[in-house]
Amino acid sequence: MITVESLTRRYAGFTAVDNVSFTALPGRVTGFLGPNGAGKSTTMRVMVGLTAPTSGTATINGERFADLPNPGLEVGVLLDASAQHAGRTGREILTTAADTMGLPRRRVDEMLELVSLTPTEAKRRVRNYSLGMRQRLGIATALLGDPRVLILDEPANGLDPAGIRWMRDLLTGFASQGGTVLLSSHLLHEIEVIADDLVVIGNGRIVAAGSKEELLAAAGTLARSTSPRDLAHALEQAGIPSTLASDGSVRTDADPARVGAVALTAGIPLTELRSAEGAGLEDMFLSLTADTQREGVAA
Amino acid sequence: MTATIVPPATTTEAAPARRTARPIPATRLVKVELRKMFNTRSGFWMLISIGVLSPISAGSLLVLGLNSDVTYQNFVRASGFPMSVILPIIAILAVTGEWSQRSGLTTFTLVPSRGRVIGAKAIATLLVGLGAVSVAFAVGALGNVAGSALAGVDTAWDISLSMALQMVLYNLVGMAFGFALGVVLRNSAAAIVGYFVASLVMPGILALLAQVRSWFEDLQPWIDWHYTQVALLDGATNTVKEWAMLGSTTMIWIVIPLVVGLLSLRRSEVK
Repeated sequence: MITVESLTRRYAGFTAVDNVSFTALPGRVTGFLGPNGAGKSTTMRVMVGLTAPTSGTATINGERFADLPNPGLEVGVLLDASAQHAGRTGREILTTAADTMGLPRRRVDEMLELVSLTPTEAKRRVRNYSLGMRQRLGIATALLGDPRVLILDEPANGLDPAGIRWMRDLLTGFASQGGTVLLSSHLLHEIEVIADDLVVIGNGRIVAAGSKEELLAAAGTLARSTSPRDLAHALEQAGIPSTLASDGSVRTDADPARVGAVALTAGIPLTELRSAEGAGLEDMFLSLTADTQREGVAA
Repeated sequence: MTATIVPPATTTEAAPARRTARPIPATRLVKVELRKMFNTRSGFWMLISIGVLSPISAGSLLVLGLNSDVTYQNFVRASGFPMSVILPIIAILAVTGEWSQRSGLTTFTLVPSRGRVIGAKAIATLLVGLGAVSVAFAVGALGNVAGSALAGVDTAWDISLSMALQMVLYNLVGMAFGFALGVVLRNSAAAIVGYFVASLVMPGILALLAQVRSWFEDLQPWIDWHYTQVALLDGATNTVKEWAMLGSTTMIWIVIPLVVGLLSLRRSEVK
Protein backbone atom coordinates (compact mmCIF):
# COMPACT_ATOMS: atom_id res chain seq x y z
CA MET A 1 0.00 0.00 0.00
CA ILE A 2 1.20 3.48 -0.84
CA THR A 3 0.01 6.33 1.34
CA VAL A 4 0.57 9.94 0.45
CA GLU A 5 -0.42 12.50 3.07
CA SER A 6 -0.62 16.26 2.60
CA LEU A 7 2.38 16.16 0.35
CA THR A 8 3.70 19.52 -0.77
CA ARG A 9 6.77 20.31 -2.79
CA ARG A 10 7.60 23.94 -3.47
CA TYR A 11 10.31 25.25 -5.72
CA ALA A 12 11.48 28.83 -5.77
CA GLY A 13 8.44 30.64 -7.06
CA PHE A 14 6.04 27.79 -7.70
CA THR A 15 4.37 24.86 -6.05
CA ALA A 16 4.79 21.65 -8.03
CA VAL A 17 2.80 19.48 -5.63
CA ASP A 18 0.22 21.13 -3.43
CA ASN A 19 -1.18 19.27 -0.42
CA VAL A 20 -1.69 15.98 -2.22
CA SER A 21 -3.16 13.01 -0.35
CA PHE A 22 -4.21 9.65 -1.72
CA THR A 23 -3.68 5.94 -1.21
CA ALA A 24 -2.93 3.18 -3.67
CA LEU A 25 -4.40 -0.04 -2.33
CA PRO A 26 -3.02 -3.56 -2.55
CA GLY A 27 -4.72 -5.77 -5.12
CA ARG A 28 -5.60 -2.78 -7.28
CA VAL A 29 -4.06 -0.85 -10.12
CA THR A 30 -4.17 2.87 -9.36
CA GLY A 31 -3.93 5.14 -12.36
CA PHE A 32 -2.26 8.49 -11.77
CA LEU A 33 -3.34 11.05 -14.36
CA GLY A 34 -2.67 14.65 -15.09
CA PRO A 35 -1.62 17.05 -17.84
CA ASN A 36 2.05 17.69 -18.53
CA GLY A 37 3.72 19.39 -15.59
CA ALA A 38 0.82 18.68 -13.23
CA GLY A 39 3.13 17.20 -10.60
CA LYS A 40 2.83 13.46 -11.29
CA SER A 41 6.52 12.80 -11.66
CA THR A 42 7.46 15.06 -8.75
CA THR A 43 5.00 13.19 -6.53
CA MET A 44 6.48 9.87 -7.63
CA ARG A 45 10.03 11.09 -7.07
CA VAL A 46 9.13 12.17 -3.54
CA MET A 47 7.63 8.71 -2.89
CA VAL A 48 10.94 7.02 -3.61
CA GLY A 49 13.12 9.58 -1.86
CA LEU A 50 14.75 11.17 -4.90
CA THR A 51 13.15 14.50 -4.09
CA ALA A 52 12.67 15.79 -0.55
CA PRO A 53 9.13 16.98 0.21
CA THR A 54 8.65 20.52 1.50
CA SER A 55 6.02 19.09 3.86
CA GLY A 56 3.87 16.00 4.18
CA THR A 57 4.79 12.35 3.91
CA ALA A 58 4.73 9.44 1.52
CA THR A 59 4.95 5.93 2.92
CA ILE A 60 5.11 2.43 1.51
CA ASN A 61 3.31 -0.06 3.76
CA GLY A 62 3.64 2.47 6.55
CA GLU A 63 7.35 3.09 6.15
CA ARG A 64 9.21 5.91 4.52
CA PHE A 65 10.95 4.66 1.40
CA ALA A 66 14.31 5.82 2.73
CA ASP A 67 13.81 3.67 5.84
CA LEU A 68 13.35 0.44 3.91
CA PRO A 69 16.39 -1.76 4.52
CA ASN A 70 16.56 -3.08 0.96
CA PRO A 71 13.98 -1.11 -1.04
CA GLY A 72 14.44 -3.04 -4.27
CA LEU A 73 12.92 -6.14 -2.65
CA GLU A 74 9.78 -4.27 -1.62
CA VAL A 75 9.17 -1.60 -4.22
CA GLY A 76 9.79 -1.82 -7.95
CA VAL A 77 10.43 1.61 -9.40
CA LEU A 78 10.55 2.83 -12.98
CA LEU A 79 10.57 6.60 -13.24
CA ASP A 80 12.39 7.20 -16.50
CA ALA A 81 13.46 4.47 -18.89
CA SER A 82 16.06 6.76 -20.43
CA ALA A 83 17.82 7.28 -17.12
CA GLN A 84 20.37 4.51 -17.63
CA HIS A 85 24.09 4.70 -18.21
CA ALA A 86 24.28 4.68 -22.02
CA GLY A 87 27.65 2.94 -21.96
CA ARG A 88 26.43 -0.13 -20.04
CA THR A 89 24.89 -3.21 -21.59
CA GLY A 90 21.36 -4.13 -20.64
CA ARG A 91 22.63 -7.24 -18.91
CA GLU A 92 25.19 -5.27 -16.89
CA ILE A 93 22.51 -2.84 -15.71
CA LEU A 94 20.40 -5.74 -14.44
CA THR A 95 23.44 -7.51 -12.97
CA THR A 96 24.45 -4.39 -11.05
CA ALA A 97 20.93 -4.00 -9.69
CA ALA A 98 20.71 -7.70 -8.77
CA ASP A 99 24.07 -7.50 -6.99
CA THR A 100 22.95 -4.44 -5.05
CA MET A 101 19.82 -6.24 -3.85
CA GLY A 102 21.82 -9.39 -3.10
CA LEU A 103 19.92 -11.55 -5.60
CA PRO A 104 21.31 -14.56 -7.45
CA ARG A 105 22.47 -13.88 -11.01
CA ARG A 106 19.89 -16.22 -12.49
CA ARG A 107 17.27 -13.56 -11.70
CA VAL A 108 18.89 -11.50 -14.44
CA ASP A 109 18.23 -14.18 -17.06
CA GLU A 110 14.72 -14.72 -15.76
CA MET A 111 13.94 -11.03 -16.04
CA LEU A 112 15.45 -10.71 -19.52
CA GLU A 113 13.22 -13.54 -20.61
CA LEU A 114 10.19 -12.05 -18.90
CA VAL A 115 10.53 -8.73 -20.72
CA SER A 116 11.46 -10.46 -24.00
CA LEU A 117 14.93 -9.01 -24.43
CA THR A 118 17.01 -11.53 -26.37
CA PRO A 119 20.51 -12.50 -25.17
CA THR A 120 21.98 -10.60 -28.14
CA GLU A 121 20.03 -7.47 -27.26
CA ALA A 122 21.06 -7.79 -23.63
CA LYS A 123 24.71 -7.68 -24.71
CA ARG A 124 24.24 -4.40 -26.55
CA ARG A 125 24.88 -1.09 -24.87
CA VAL A 126 21.85 0.91 -23.85
CA ARG A 127 22.79 3.83 -26.12
CA ASN A 128 21.76 1.55 -29.01
CA TYR A 129 18.39 0.68 -27.47
CA SER A 130 15.08 1.99 -28.75
CA LEU A 131 12.76 3.63 -26.23
CA GLY A 132 10.66 0.48 -26.11
CA MET A 133 13.69 -1.66 -25.31
CA ARG A 134 14.76 0.76 -22.59
CA GLN A 135 11.25 0.60 -21.21
CA ARG A 136 11.43 -3.21 -21.11
CA LEU A 137 14.81 -3.03 -19.39
CA GLY A 138 13.40 -0.57 -16.85
CA ILE A 139 10.47 -2.87 -16.14
CA ALA A 140 12.90 -5.77 -15.73
CA THR A 141 14.86 -3.70 -13.19
CA ALA A 142 11.66 -2.85 -11.32
CA LEU A 143 10.52 -6.49 -11.15
CA LEU A 144 13.95 -7.91 -10.35
CA GLY A 145 13.55 -7.97 -6.57
CA ASP A 146 10.07 -9.56 -6.78
CA PRO A 147 8.51 -6.55 -5.00
CA ARG A 148 4.94 -6.22 -3.73
CA VAL A 149 4.60 -2.60 -4.78
CA LEU A 150 5.21 -1.08 -8.21
CA ILE A 151 5.65 2.61 -8.95
CA LEU A 152 5.78 3.18 -12.69
CA ASP A 153 5.92 6.50 -14.51
CA GLU A 154 4.68 6.21 -18.10
CA PRO A 155 5.74 2.58 -18.51
CA ALA A 156 3.79 2.09 -21.73
CA ASN A 157 5.66 4.89 -23.48
CA GLY A 158 7.41 3.65 -26.58
CA LEU A 159 6.13 0.08 -26.30
CA ASP A 160 4.75 -1.57 -29.42
CA PRO A 161 1.10 -2.75 -29.37
CA ALA A 162 2.09 -6.26 -28.35
CA GLY A 163 4.26 -4.77 -25.62
CA ILE A 164 1.38 -2.65 -24.34
CA ARG A 165 -0.89 -5.70 -24.22
CA TRP A 166 1.84 -7.65 -22.41
CA MET A 167 2.35 -4.85 -19.91
CA ARG A 168 -1.39 -4.65 -19.26
CA ASP A 169 -1.59 -8.38 -18.53
CA LEU A 170 1.52 -8.20 -16.38
CA LEU A 171 0.18 -5.39 -14.21
CA THR A 172 -3.33 -6.82 -13.82
CA GLY A 173 -1.75 -10.16 -12.92
CA PHE A 174 0.51 -8.44 -10.41
CA ALA A 175 -2.44 -6.66 -8.78
CA SER A 176 -4.63 -9.79 -8.73
CA GLN A 177 -1.93 -11.49 -6.68
CA GLY A 178 -2.28 -8.76 -4.09
CA GLY A 179 0.37 -6.37 -5.36
CA THR A 180 -0.02 -2.60 -5.31
CA VAL A 181 0.45 -0.80 -8.62
CA LEU A 182 0.69 2.95 -9.04
CA LEU A 183 0.86 3.81 -12.69
CA SER A 184 1.06 7.18 -14.32
CA SER A 185 0.26 7.57 -17.96
CA HIS A 186 -1.11 10.03 -20.42
CA LEU A 187 -2.34 7.16 -22.57
CA LEU A 188 -5.89 7.49 -21.28
CA HIS A 189 -7.14 4.47 -23.15
CA GLU A 190 -4.50 2.34 -21.45
CA ILE A 191 -5.42 3.66 -18.03
CA GLU A 192 -9.10 3.20 -18.72
CA VAL A 193 -8.55 -0.46 -19.58
CA ILE A 194 -6.15 -1.29 -16.80
CA ALA A 195 -6.85 0.90 -13.76
CA ASP A 196 -9.18 0.03 -10.89
CA ASP A 197 -8.76 3.36 -9.14
CA LEU A 198 -7.95 6.77 -10.49
CA VAL A 199 -6.19 9.78 -9.05
CA VAL A 200 -6.35 12.89 -11.22
CA ILE A 201 -3.97 15.73 -10.55
CA GLY A 202 -3.91 19.21 -12.09
CA ASN A 203 -1.61 22.10 -11.21
CA GLY A 204 -0.21 20.09 -8.32
CA ARG A 205 -3.61 19.49 -6.71
CA ILE A 206 -5.79 16.43 -6.67
CA VAL A 207 -8.88 17.21 -8.72
CA ALA A 208 -10.51 13.80 -8.46
CA ALA A 209 -9.83 10.46 -6.82
CA GLY A 210 -11.85 7.29 -6.49
CA SER A 211 -12.69 4.06 -8.23
CA LYS A 212 -12.88 4.16 -11.98
CA GLU A 213 -16.60 3.27 -11.98
CA GLU A 214 -17.45 6.10 -9.61
CA LEU A 215 -15.52 8.69 -11.51
CA LEU A 216 -16.72 7.65 -14.92
CA ALA A 217 -20.32 7.43 -13.72
CA ALA A 218 -20.00 11.01 -12.66
CA ALA A 219 -19.34 11.86 -16.26
CA GLY A 220 -23.11 11.86 -16.93
CA THR A 221 -25.43 10.53 -19.57
CA LEU A 222 -25.58 10.39 -23.31
CA ALA A 223 -28.97 10.11 -24.98
CA ARG A 224 -30.12 10.01 -28.58
CA SER A 225 -33.52 10.52 -29.99
CA THR A 226 -35.08 10.95 -33.40
CA SER A 227 -35.79 14.52 -32.33
CA PRO A 228 -32.82 15.62 -30.25
CA ARG A 229 -34.02 19.21 -30.09
CA ASP A 230 -37.26 18.16 -28.39
CA LEU A 231 -35.32 16.01 -25.97
CA ALA A 232 -33.02 18.85 -25.02
CA HIS A 233 -36.04 21.10 -24.60
CA ALA A 234 -37.84 18.56 -22.43
CA LEU A 235 -34.75 18.20 -20.25
CA GLU A 236 -34.50 21.93 -19.88
CA GLN A 237 -38.18 22.07 -18.86
CA ALA A 238 -37.40 19.48 -16.20
CA GLY A 239 -34.52 21.64 -14.94
CA ILE A 240 -31.75 19.46 -16.29
CA PRO A 241 -29.12 21.39 -18.21
CA SER A 242 -27.95 19.56 -21.30
CA THR A 243 -25.86 20.11 -24.37
CA LEU A 244 -26.84 19.21 -27.87
CA ALA A 245 -23.85 17.87 -29.78
CA SER A 246 -23.51 18.26 -33.52
CA ASP A 247 -23.84 14.51 -34.00
CA GLY A 248 -27.37 14.71 -32.63
CA SER A 249 -26.59 13.30 -29.19
CA VAL A 250 -27.70 14.99 -26.01
CA ARG A 251 -25.32 15.02 -23.05
CA THR A 252 -26.15 15.86 -19.49
CA ASP A 253 -24.75 15.46 -16.00
CA ALA A 254 -27.95 13.79 -14.77
CA ASP A 255 -28.01 10.04 -14.44
CA PRO A 256 -29.58 7.87 -17.18
CA ALA A 257 -32.67 6.94 -15.09
CA ARG A 258 -33.71 10.56 -14.77
CA VAL A 259 -33.16 11.30 -18.43
CA GLY A 260 -35.23 8.22 -19.33
CA ALA A 261 -38.03 9.34 -17.04
CA VAL A 262 -38.09 12.81 -18.54
CA ALA A 263 -38.17 11.40 -22.06
CA LEU A 264 -41.00 9.07 -21.16
CA THR A 265 -43.08 11.85 -19.63
CA ALA A 266 -42.48 14.03 -22.64
CA GLY A 267 -43.32 11.12 -24.94
CA ILE A 268 -40.04 11.32 -26.82
CA PRO A 269 -38.78 7.96 -28.11
CA LEU A 270 -35.14 7.40 -27.27
CA THR A 271 -32.86 5.53 -29.62
CA GLU A 272 -29.97 5.36 -27.19
CA LEU A 273 -29.51 5.97 -23.50
CA ARG A 274 -26.36 5.20 -21.57
CA SER A 275 -23.75 6.49 -19.18
CA ALA A 276 -21.51 8.78 -21.12
CA GLU A 277 -18.52 6.58 -20.39
CA GLY A 278 -18.03 5.81 -24.05
CA ALA A 279 -16.57 9.26 -24.36
CA GLY A 280 -15.34 8.27 -20.97
CA LEU A 281 -12.06 8.94 -19.39
CA GLU A 282 -10.86 11.44 -21.93
CA ASP A 283 -13.86 13.71 -21.44
CA MET A 284 -13.66 13.36 -17.70
CA PHE A 285 -9.97 14.07 -17.75
CA LEU A 286 -10.34 17.13 -19.94
CA SER A 287 -13.23 18.56 -17.94
CA LEU A 288 -11.53 17.93 -14.59
CA THR A 289 -8.29 19.45 -15.69
CA ALA A 290 -9.80 22.13 -17.93
CA ASP A 291 -8.46 24.95 -15.78
CA THR A 292 -4.99 23.54 -15.90
CA GLN A 293 -4.73 22.56 -19.55
CA ARG A 294 -2.19 24.40 -21.60
CA GLU A 295 -4.46 24.39 -24.62
CA GLY A 296 -7.42 25.73 -22.64
CA VAL A 297 -9.64 22.94 -23.96
CA ALA A 298 -13.25 23.53 -23.01
CA ALA A 299 -14.74 20.36 -21.65
CA MET B 1 -23.47 -16.10 7.25
CA THR B 2 -20.11 -14.57 7.54
CA ALA B 3 -18.75 -17.97 8.41
CA THR B 4 -19.42 -19.18 4.88
CA ILE B 5 -17.41 -16.45 3.28
CA VAL B 6 -14.25 -17.91 1.92
CA PRO B 7 -11.51 -15.34 1.71
CA PRO B 8 -10.47 -14.80 -1.87
CA ALA B 9 -7.31 -16.62 -2.81
CA THR B 10 -5.48 -13.36 -3.14
CA THR B 11 -5.68 -12.34 0.49
CA THR B 12 -3.11 -14.86 1.64
CA GLU B 13 -0.74 -13.36 -0.86
CA ALA B 14 -2.01 -9.85 -0.32
CA ALA B 15 -0.63 -9.86 3.17
CA PRO B 16 2.73 -11.46 2.50
CA ALA B 17 4.78 -12.50 5.44
CA ARG B 18 6.73 -9.34 6.12
CA ARG B 19 10.08 -9.96 4.56
CA THR B 20 12.92 -9.89 6.95
CA ALA B 21 14.91 -7.77 4.58
CA ARG B 22 18.34 -7.10 5.92
CA PRO B 23 20.11 -3.83 5.26
CA ILE B 24 22.48 -3.90 2.31
CA PRO B 25 25.98 -4.50 3.72
CA ALA B 26 28.67 -1.94 2.92
CA THR B 27 30.98 -4.57 1.42
CA ARG B 28 28.33 -5.38 -1.18
CA LEU B 29 27.97 -1.71 -2.06
CA VAL B 30 31.72 -1.39 -2.52
CA LYS B 31 31.77 -4.46 -4.80
CA VAL B 32 28.92 -3.06 -6.86
CA GLU B 33 30.57 0.34 -7.16
CA LEU B 34 33.85 -1.29 -8.23
CA ARG B 35 32.00 -3.19 -10.93
CA LYS B 36 30.23 -0.03 -12.07
CA MET B 37 33.56 1.76 -12.51
CA PHE B 38 34.59 -0.66 -15.23
CA ASN B 39 31.43 -2.07 -16.79
CA THR B 40 30.78 1.03 -18.86
CA ARG B 41 32.44 1.62 -22.18
CA SER B 42 34.44 4.59 -20.90
CA GLY B 43 35.47 2.74 -17.73
CA PHE B 44 36.53 -0.30 -19.71
CA TRP B 45 38.73 1.70 -22.06
CA MET B 46 40.32 3.66 -19.25
CA LEU B 47 41.32 0.41 -17.60
CA ILE B 48 42.68 -0.89 -20.92
CA SER B 49 44.57 2.33 -21.57
CA ILE B 50 46.28 2.10 -18.18
CA GLY B 51 47.20 -1.51 -18.92
CA VAL B 52 48.58 -0.58 -22.34
CA LEU B 53 50.14 2.83 -21.66
CA SER B 54 52.03 1.91 -18.48
CA PRO B 55 54.23 -0.75 -20.08
CA ILE B 56 54.66 1.44 -23.20
CA SER B 57 55.74 4.35 -21.05
CA ALA B 58 58.18 2.15 -19.10
CA GLY B 59 59.37 0.57 -22.34
CA SER B 60 60.09 3.93 -23.94
CA LEU B 61 62.48 4.66 -21.10
CA LEU B 62 64.20 1.40 -21.99
CA VAL B 63 64.53 2.39 -25.64
CA LEU B 64 65.13 6.14 -25.40
CA GLY B 65 66.79 6.51 -22.02
CA LEU B 66 70.48 6.73 -21.26
CA ASN B 67 72.21 4.09 -19.18
CA SER B 68 72.20 6.47 -16.23
CA ASP B 69 68.38 6.62 -16.46
CA VAL B 70 68.08 2.93 -15.70
CA THR B 71 66.93 3.19 -12.08
CA TYR B 72 63.91 1.84 -10.29
CA GLN B 73 62.72 5.37 -9.54
CA ASN B 74 62.64 6.32 -13.19
CA PHE B 75 60.86 3.15 -14.25
CA VAL B 76 58.18 3.49 -11.58
CA ARG B 77 57.67 7.13 -12.55
CA ALA B 78 57.45 6.25 -16.23
CA SER B 79 54.95 3.43 -15.74
CA GLY B 80 53.02 5.53 -13.24
CA PHE B 81 52.75 8.62 -15.42
CA PRO B 82 49.75 7.50 -17.53
CA MET B 83 48.02 6.48 -14.30
CA SER B 84 48.47 9.87 -12.69
CA VAL B 85 46.41 11.31 -15.55
CA ILE B 86 43.80 8.56 -15.93
CA LEU B 87 43.15 7.64 -12.27
CA PRO B 88 41.64 11.04 -11.34
CA ILE B 89 39.35 10.79 -14.38
CA ILE B 90 38.20 7.35 -13.23
CA ALA B 91 37.49 8.90 -9.82
CA ILE B 92 35.54 11.76 -11.43
CA LEU B 93 33.41 9.50 -13.61
CA ALA B 94 32.67 7.13 -10.71
CA VAL B 95 30.71 10.01 -9.14
CA THR B 96 29.48 12.12 -12.03
CA GLY B 97 28.16 9.21 -14.10
CA GLU B 98 25.21 8.92 -11.73
CA TRP B 99 24.14 12.44 -12.69
CA SER B 100 25.43 12.95 -16.21
CA GLN B 101 24.23 9.52 -17.30
CA ARG B 102 21.26 9.71 -14.91
CA SER B 103 21.88 6.21 -13.60
CA GLY B 104 21.50 7.76 -10.14
CA LEU B 105 17.75 7.40 -10.53
CA THR B 106 18.20 3.64 -10.19
CA THR B 107 21.19 3.72 -7.85
CA PHE B 108 19.54 5.98 -5.28
CA THR B 109 16.20 4.17 -5.39
CA LEU B 110 17.97 0.88 -4.68
CA VAL B 111 20.07 2.52 -1.95
CA PRO B 112 18.28 5.62 -0.66
CA SER B 113 21.15 6.63 1.61
CA ARG B 114 23.27 8.77 -0.68
CA GLY B 115 26.00 9.04 1.92
CA ARG B 116 26.45 5.26 1.85
CA VAL B 117 26.63 5.20 -1.94
CA ILE B 118 29.21 7.99 -2.05
CA GLY B 119 31.16 6.32 0.77
CA ALA B 120 31.20 3.03 -1.16
CA LYS B 121 32.39 4.92 -4.24
CA ALA B 122 35.18 6.51 -2.20
CA ILE B 123 36.36 3.13 -0.94
CA ALA B 124 36.14 1.60 -4.42
CA THR B 125 38.16 4.54 -5.79
CA LEU B 126 40.78 4.05 -3.08
CA LEU B 127 41.04 0.34 -3.91
CA VAL B 128 41.45 1.07 -7.61
CA GLY B 129 44.14 3.62 -6.78
CA LEU B 130 46.07 1.17 -4.58
CA GLY B 131 45.73 -1.55 -7.20
CA ALA B 132 46.94 0.68 -10.00
CA VAL B 133 49.92 1.96 -8.01
CA SER B 134 50.94 -1.62 -7.17
CA VAL B 135 50.88 -2.35 -10.89
CA ALA B 136 53.09 0.70 -11.50
CA PHE B 137 55.62 -0.58 -8.96
CA ALA B 138 55.51 -4.07 -10.47
CA VAL B 139 55.86 -2.84 -14.07
CA GLY B 140 58.65 -0.53 -12.90
CA ALA B 141 60.45 -3.45 -11.27
CA LEU B 142 60.21 -5.56 -14.43
CA GLY B 143 61.47 -2.63 -16.51
CA ASN B 144 64.30 -2.02 -14.11
CA VAL B 145 65.47 -5.64 -14.16
CA ALA B 146 65.18 -5.88 -17.96
CA GLY B 147 66.70 -2.42 -18.47
CA SER B 148 69.75 -2.98 -16.30
CA ALA B 149 70.35 -6.37 -17.93
CA LEU B 150 70.14 -4.85 -21.42
CA ALA B 151 72.29 -1.85 -20.55
CA GLY B 152 74.76 -4.00 -18.65
CA VAL B 153 74.63 -1.85 -15.52
CA ASP B 154 73.97 -2.77 -11.91
CA THR B 155 70.27 -2.89 -11.02
CA ALA B 156 69.58 0.19 -8.91
CA TRP B 157 66.74 -0.10 -6.37
CA ASP B 158 66.68 3.56 -5.42
CA ILE B 159 63.24 3.96 -3.87
CA SER B 160 63.14 4.27 -0.09
CA LEU B 161 60.02 3.34 1.87
CA SER B 162 59.30 7.01 2.53
CA MET B 163 59.54 7.79 -1.17
CA ALA B 164 57.35 4.82 -2.10
CA LEU B 165 54.69 5.96 0.34
CA GLN B 166 54.81 9.47 -1.09
CA MET B 167 54.42 8.14 -4.61
CA VAL B 168 51.36 6.16 -3.51
CA LEU B 169 50.00 9.22 -1.77
CA TYR B 170 50.63 11.30 -4.90
CA ASN B 171 48.23 9.12 -6.88
CA LEU B 172 45.67 8.89 -4.09
CA VAL B 173 45.63 12.67 -3.59
CA GLY B 174 45.14 13.10 -7.36
CA MET B 175 42.19 10.70 -7.23
CA ALA B 176 40.78 12.39 -4.14
CA PHE B 177 40.89 15.72 -5.94
CA GLY B 178 39.05 14.20 -8.93
CA PHE B 179 36.52 12.62 -6.58
CA ALA B 180 35.92 15.92 -4.77
CA LEU B 181 35.46 17.73 -8.08
CA GLY B 182 32.97 15.07 -9.13
CA VAL B 183 30.99 15.45 -5.90
CA VAL B 184 30.90 19.24 -6.19
CA LEU B 185 30.10 19.54 -9.90
CA ARG B 186 28.18 16.31 -10.53
CA ASN B 187 28.74 16.71 -14.23
CA SER B 188 31.31 14.65 -16.14
CA ALA B 189 32.37 17.26 -18.69
CA ALA B 190 32.60 20.11 -16.18
CA ALA B 191 34.55 18.03 -13.67
CA ILE B 192 37.07 16.77 -16.24
CA VAL B 193 37.60 20.27 -17.61
CA GLY B 194 37.92 21.53 -14.03
CA TYR B 195 40.49 18.86 -13.30
CA PHE B 196 42.69 19.83 -16.24
CA VAL B 197 42.36 23.53 -15.52
CA ALA B 198 43.43 22.91 -11.92
CA SER B 199 46.32 20.62 -12.84
CA LEU B 200 47.61 22.22 -16.06
CA VAL B 201 46.52 25.87 -16.23
CA MET B 202 46.38 27.00 -12.63
CA PRO B 203 49.93 25.94 -11.61
CA GLY B 204 51.39 28.15 -14.36
CA ILE B 205 49.36 31.14 -13.26
CA LEU B 206 50.30 30.65 -9.60
CA ALA B 207 53.99 30.22 -10.48
CA LEU B 208 53.86 33.43 -12.50
CA LEU B 209 52.14 35.23 -9.66
CA ALA B 210 54.87 34.03 -7.28
CA GLN B 211 57.49 35.47 -9.61
CA VAL B 212 55.97 38.92 -9.87
CA ARG B 213 54.63 39.30 -6.35
CA SER B 214 57.18 38.37 -3.74
CA TRP B 215 54.64 38.15 -0.92
CA PHE B 216 52.93 35.32 -2.84
CA GLU B 217 56.12 33.31 -3.16
CA ASP B 218 56.00 32.27 0.49
CA LEU B 219 52.28 31.65 0.30
CA GLN B 220 52.32 29.53 -2.85
CA PRO B 221 53.36 26.18 -1.30
CA TRP B 222 50.46 26.51 1.15
CA ILE B 223 47.76 27.01 -1.48
CA ASP B 224 49.18 25.54 -4.70
CA TRP B 225 47.86 22.02 -5.10
CA HIS B 226 50.28 21.26 -7.91
CA TYR B 227 53.28 22.38 -5.85
CA THR B 228 52.67 19.86 -3.06
CA GLN B 229 51.86 17.17 -5.64
CA VAL B 230 55.26 17.60 -7.30
CA ALA B 231 56.89 17.41 -3.88
CA LEU B 232 55.10 14.09 -3.24
CA LEU B 233 56.11 12.67 -6.61
CA ASP B 234 59.73 13.57 -5.94
CA GLY B 235 59.53 12.11 -2.47
CA ALA B 236 60.49 15.52 -1.15
CA THR B 237 57.81 15.92 1.50
CA ASN B 238 59.89 15.30 4.61
CA THR B 239 59.76 18.06 7.20
CA VAL B 240 56.81 18.85 9.42
CA LYS B 241 56.42 22.12 7.54
CA GLU B 242 56.25 20.29 4.20
CA TRP B 243 53.61 17.90 5.52
CA ALA B 244 51.72 20.90 6.89
CA MET B 245 51.81 22.47 3.42
CA LEU B 246 50.37 19.26 1.97
CA GLY B 247 47.70 19.35 4.66
CA SER B 248 46.89 22.94 3.77
CA THR B 249 46.51 22.36 0.02
CA THR B 250 44.55 19.18 0.69
CA MET B 251 42.21 21.13 2.96
CA ILE B 252 41.68 23.84 0.35
CA TRP B 253 41.36 21.70 -2.76
CA ILE B 254 39.89 18.45 -1.46
CA VAL B 255 38.37 18.56 2.03
CA ILE B 256 36.42 21.81 1.73
CA PRO B 257 35.00 21.10 -1.76
CA LEU B 258 34.13 17.57 -0.64
CA VAL B 259 32.23 18.76 2.43
CA VAL B 260 30.37 21.46 0.47
CA GLY B 261 29.61 18.96 -2.29
CA LEU B 262 28.38 16.28 0.10
CA LEU B 263 26.08 18.69 1.90
CA SER B 264 24.39 19.79 -1.30
CA LEU B 265 24.43 16.29 -2.76
CA ARG B 266 22.48 14.84 0.14
CA ARG B 267 19.65 17.29 -0.30
CA SER B 268 19.66 17.81 -4.03
CA GLU B 269 17.07 16.30 -6.32
CA VAL B 270 18.10 13.35 -8.45
CA LYS B 271 16.54 13.93 -11.84
